[in-house]
Amino acid sequence: MSTLQIIDLHVSINTDQGVKPILKGVTLTISSGETHAIMGPNGSGKSTLAYTIAGHPRYTVDSGQILLDGVDVLAMTVDERARAGLFLAMQYPVEIPGVSVSNFLRTAKTAVTGEAPSLRTWVKDVKTAMTNLKMDATFAERNVNEGFSGGEKKRHEIVQMELLAPKFAVLDETDSGLDVDALKIVSEGVNRVRENTGFGVLLITHYTRILRYIRPDFVHVFVDGRIAEEGGPELADRLEDEGYDRYAVAAP
Amino acid sequence: MTETSTNSSVAPEWSDMPVQTRNERFASAQPEDFPEISARQLEWRLSPIDALGALAEGELDGGRYDVTVTGATHEWVPMATVAGKAGLPEDRISARAWSTTVDALHIRVDGEGDPVVLDRELDGIRAAHLVLEFTANTHRSVIIRNTGTVALAENVEIIAHDGSNARVMNLNEWDSTALHAASHFVRVDKSAHVDHILISLGGAVQRVNPAITLAGTGSSIESYGLYFADHGRHIEHQVFVHHKAAQTKSNVLYKGALHGKGTRTVWVGDVLIGPDATGTDSYEANRNLILSDGARADSIPNLEIETGDIAGAGHASATGRLDDEHLFYLQARGITEAEARRLVALGFLVEIVGRIGIPDLEERLTEILAQVLDAVEETA
Repeated sequence: MSTLQIIDLHVSINTDQGVKPILKGVTLTISSGETHAIMGPNGSGKSTLAYTIAGHPRYTVDSGQILLDGVDVLAMTVDERARAGLFLAMQYPVEIPGVSVSNFLRTAKTAVTGEAPSLRTWVKDVKTAMTNLKMDATFAERNVNEGFSGGEKKRHEIVQMELLAPKFAVLDETDSGLDVDALKIVSEGVNRVRENTGFGVLLITHYTRILRYIRPDFVHVFVDGRIAEEGGPELADRLEDEGYDRYAVAAP
Repeated sequence: MTETSTNSSVAPEWSDMPVQTRNERFASAQPEDFPEISARQLEWRLSPIDALGALAEGELDGGRYDVTVTGATHEWVPMATVAGKAGLPEDRISARAWSTTVDALHIRVDGEGDPVVLDRELDGIRAAHLVLEFTANTHRSVIIRNTGTVALAENVEIIAHDGSNARVMNLNEWDSTALHAASHFVRVDKSAHVDHILISLGGAVQRVNPAITLAGTGSSIESYGLYFADHGRHIEHQVFVHHKAAQTKSNVLYKGALHGKGTRTVWVGDVLIGPDATGTDSYEANRNLILSDGARADSIPNLEIETGDIAGAGHASATGRLDDEHLFYLQARGITEAEARRLVALGFLVEIVGRIGIPDLEERLTEILAQVLDAVEETA
C-alpha cells in the first residue's frame, strides 16, 4: 500500500512576460488501487501538475510538498522519481532518433528494477505488452516514437507503463487525439495494470469520454490552478451535461 | 538535437576570396604552383595551419610502406602510369603528396564477393597515393582501415568504371598524435554508383576532403561521413560533388559530435551542377552535436547550379546540443542523465553507421562509438 500526497502545491513558470503562477495551492492524496480523475478547462494547470510530479525542469515549485510514502519527491531528480515508482504517460511523447524501442525499454526496465531483466522472460514480456496494446512486434525495432501516429505514441506510453509497473501513474491527456478503438485499447491497458498491480492512477483529461472506460473513484475539477470541486464519479456525469462554464472565473 | 538552432558557421570574408565557381578552382600536381599556405586562402581559412606544419613544409617520405590487402591483388606502380584519372590536387599539401610519392599503391577491384580489406598502420612523416579501380560492372566493397601515429599527406583516387557499384569505407582510427591531410578524388562513370563512407576518429588533426565527379550519364554517389572529435582535436571535411553529366544523383550526409574545450570540426559542402548536368538530383546535409562548452563546429553548405533543368537540389545544416526534451523523456523512465545523454548522442551518430551496409563493421563501430561516448560522460 503506497500513498502519493500533494500538499498545498504552488508552481510557476518563467515566460517572456515574467514569472507566471500556474498552480495556486493544490492538495490531493492518492492511494494504491485508487483512480483519480483530474478534469478542467484548458489552461487550468492540469498538465502542469503532471509535469511537476515527474520533475520537468520548466516548472518551478514555489511552495508545497509532494510525498511518496512520506519521502520528499521534490528533492529527487527526474530519473530518481521514476525509479521510486512514479510514471508519467506523456501527452506529446518525443521522437528519439537512433534509439530503438527494444533498447529503450530494456534500458528503462534495467534502470527501474536495478538489474537487467532475464533475456528470455523479457522478450516474452515485451511481446505480450505490445500485443495487448495492439502494437505490431516490428515496433520494437523502430526508433522511439519515430514516425509513430498519434495513437501509436499513446499506446507505446501504455506499453511502457505496463512493463515498468509503477506505483503511481499520471496519464496526461492520454485520450486526446485517440479514436474510439484506440481509446478502448488504451483504457483496457490501464484497467489491466490496475488489476494486476493495484497501482494508483491520476487521470488527467479534458473530456469525460475516457471515464466511460476507466471508472474513476474520485473526480477533481481544476479551475485556475486550484481544485474547485471534488466528488465521486457522478461529478463527471454532471460535467458531461453542464460543461465547465459554471466554474468560469472573471477574466483578470 | 534541436533543428531550429543556428549553425555556427563563420561569415565568409568575401574580400579575401576570388570570385569563381567551384570548378574554376586552380588544380595542379606541382606544389610550387601553389602559394605558401596561409589562413587568407579560401581552402585553408578554417584549418589549423600551424599544426599541419610537418605536412606543409617538412620533408615527406614518399616510399612504399607495409600494407595488408585481402580480397584483391595490389601492386606498387610508378605514379606516372596511374595517377590523375580521377582528379588533380587543389591545394598545396595534396600537390606535395602527389609530387613526392614514388610509387602509387594500385588495387584493381573486380567481380563480386567479400569486401576487399586494406589494413595499414603508418608512422613517420609520409606521402602516399592510393588508386582503387573498380572495373566495369563490378559490385564490391573496399574497407580501408588506418591506424598509427603517422603524419600523412595522401591522395586517394577512386575510379568506378561503367556500371560498377563500388562501396569504399574509410575507417580512420588514428593514434591521438596523428596528422592526416588527404584528398579523395572519386570519378563515377556511366551508370555507376559509389558509396563513399568516411569515419574519422582520433588523430590530432584530420583534414580529409572528398572531391567527387559524376562524370558519366546516370551515375550516382552516396557520400556519408561520421566524425567524433574531443580533447581539442580538429576534424575537417570539405566535400565537393561535381555533377558533370546528365541524370546524375548525389546524396551527401555528414554527422559529427564534438566534446571538449578547443575541439573543432569543419564541414564545407560544395555541390556544383554543371551546364550539361540536366535532370540531376542532389542533396547535402551536415549535422553537428555539441556535447560540451568550448567546442566549435563550422558548417557551410554551398550550391551552384548552372543549368535550368534539374530534378532537385537541396541542402541543410544544423548544429546544436542534446535536446532537453529527449533527455527528459528517457529520464522520466528511470534512465540516469548520463545514460540518457549517451543514448541520445549514440542515436544521433548511428544513423550513419546504419548505412555502412557491412554488418560486422556496423556492430564494431557502434561499440567503438559507445565506448567513446562513455568516456565523455565519465569526464563530464
